[in-house]
Amino acid sequence: MSILRYQTPELTAWSPYDRLSSLRGFLDSAFHLANYRPENGPAWAPALDVLEDDEKVTIVLDAAGLKSEDFDLSLQDGDLTISGERKQEEDSQKGESFRSERFFGRFSRTITLPSPVKAEAVQASYKDGVLTVTLPKAEEAKPKKITVGLN
Amino acid sequence: MRGKIPPHDTIPKTTMSTLTKNPETACATRVQFVTPRANFHHDANGYTLEVELPGVSKDGVEITVDDGQLAIIGHRSGAPSQGRGLHNERQAADFRRVFDLDPSIDTTNIAAGIEQGLLTVKLHKAETAKPRKITVS
Repeated sequence: MSILRYQTPELTAWSPYDRLSSLRGFLDSAFHLANYRPENGPAWAPALDVLEDDEKVTIVLDAAGLKSEDFDLSLQDGDLTISGERKQEEDSQKGESFRSERFFGRFSRTITLPSPVKAEAVQASYKDGVLTVTLPKAEEAKPKKITVGLN
Repeated sequence: MRGKIPPHDTIPKTTMSTLTKNPETACATRVQFVTPRANFHHDANGYTLEVELPGVSKDGVEITVDDGQLAIIGHRSGAPSQGRGLHNERQAADFRRVFDLDPSIDTTNIAAGIEQGLLTVKLHKAETAKPRKITVS
């Protein structure tokens, strides 16, 4: 499991919570170090959104340039883990590189789901570099309307 | 690199020029863009540029070459996901990035393709700029 957050060190604007985020970065790096294995290589973490409505929980993850079979999703104890690997193409190794900003290698994100879901009805689709996972809520987690009797 | 100028980003410069071209509209509709990540490599035939544009389909890509600059704009497609956000890391703004082109690039011969949000642009060198071997007669 990795608690590493999405990282774009040099591309984002200055955050007003800069001090807080540097503290968070410090804590993350401490956990990251504990989780580090040399064979995994440098880890990266794609950005994701978690959305919820009455019927379902939706997770949207930005990861350009993968194949749908590169993703691995698992659901356990109310945690959804999305992992995968972005492989570097052979021909991009050739020649001289001017700029290398893209991350390659394995990633793993774990999300604690806000409510119980129907594990057998989970759907995932990968289109235009965006992975969308739809998790329908379990019946007991859906809101119910209770009518109050008058007498 | 034997005196060649490697292409590099000129985002502030171009942002300024778009602002000065039409200051009124620039102030009225302030468009924000996200800088996409890019890889850039070079071989004997030219340059290959890889730009990550997640959420951008084939129709959402705009590539323009003007005045020695290659501008890439990626409009995100797809309806915004429904529901209330519990956690948000993704940015909703469109992508934009401008690169200065090496003068030896043949701007009439640029090929681009997008697959799963990864835009690949092939920039070929003009025939006259390719390395040649000259035999002494």
